[in-house]
Amino acid sequence: MAQGNFILHEKEYRDFQGVLKKLLSDSYGKVVFLVDKNGTLLAAAGETEEFDTTSLASLAAGNIAATGGLASLIGEKEFSILFHEGERDNMHLSVVANRLILVVIFDRRSSVGLVRLRVRRASVELERILRAVDAGSKREEEDGIEELTEADIESLFK
Amino acid sequence: MSFINYSSREINCKIVYYGPGLCGKTTNLQYIYKRMNPESRGKMISLATETERTLFFDFLPLSLGEIRGFKTRFHLYTVPGQVFYDASRRLILRGVDGVVFCADSQLTRMDSNVESLENLRINLREQGYDADRIPLVLQYNKRDLPQAATVSELHALLNSRNVPEFEAVATTGVGVFETLKAVIKLILIDLKKGGR
Ligand SMILES: Nc1nc2c(ncn2[C@@H]2O[C@H](COP(=O)(O)OP(=O)(O)OP(=O)(O)O)[C@@H](O)[C@H]2O)c(=O)[nH]1
Ligand SMILES: [Mg+2]
Repeated sequence: MAQGNFILHEKEYRDFQGVLKKLLSDSYGKVVFLVDKNGTLLAAAGETEEFDTTSLASLAAGNIAATGGLASLIGEKEFSILFHEGERDNMHLSVVANRLILVVIFDRRSSVGLVRLRVRRASVELERILRAVDAGSKREEEDGIEELTEADIESLFK
Repeated sequence: MSFINYSSREINCKIVYYGPGLCGKTTNLQYIYKRMNPESRGKMISLATETERTLFFDFLPLSLGEIRGFKTRFHLYTVPGQVFYDASRRLILRGVDGVVFCADSQLTRMDSNVESLENLRINLREQGYDADRIPLVLQYNKRDLPQAATVSELHALLNSRNVPEFEAVATTGVGVFETLKAVIKLILIDLKKGGR
């Protein structure tokens, strides 16, 4: 495989969640979520029931991937911030540590300037947590998936 | 790269359906969407042209129940098969855990099958994968058509790795779930080995 698995533990998950909650209130956003570049949702805060977060996560990753492809065609490394303006809601996407995508959806109670400012601060925190995630991935897993048996796998298809 | 969340006890894996244009990748996902229990699948997203050709990808999230207390989620993607969409195919392969190579059984499509499989290997290598080791299953689709190559011909042409292979008619669902199960199994076995 190209990379090892991305393993997230309780502590780092809660830390992510904490940063998102703070970002949500600091930026007056409607919903904030964190996605990996493959489109898997890691954490979310805010009015999540209102949105189809699974689809949002996958399309956000597709969006970042596509603009990243465009960037490299014109010799840029990446467009690390994307902003989509709607009639009612706006969306701010930014790449964190080259691996995660932070998405903020907000309406006119906030502004893109404020969101950008708060996102920058949150990104520093997220990078710090990510380093802990990486350190943690190297630890041995106790109740790990390594113990998976053939029977376990079969049971999925019953 | 699977994503394992020990906090919410979830395993997330990414499956990509690859193959030449019009071989039936989107049709596989549509059939799975139609037949899965609505609790076990999310919305299907298709980024397609006006003429229903995949433009960027199709996406279908499935959640298949638990193993060892872990919820298992599989994200199914298709690539656009048309040759000139190669840049998009490369993006979609990122982070893939297992591949279904969907071949078109029609004799006239043999060159396209070979070309697409070679393209898959090149793009996998470019993303840092070992094209000889990544979980892979082959699906020989469109078995219902009269000008179809035989399975042994297809095998000789495409299955040099000797991975699991399935005959299919994606429009009616023949072989669709067999193919999906096989790739999921390979992914989970690979995950268990952890020796990446
Ligand atoms: N006869 C027959 N037709 C099929 C079968 N599977 C798919 N088709 C048809 O083939 C056409 C193309 O199918 P798609 O699923 O859109 O093909 P695709 O691989 O997604 O094509 P791209 O998006 O261009 O890469 C459609 O008209 C399908 O109905 C099959 O098993 N038998
Ligand atoms: Mg398609």
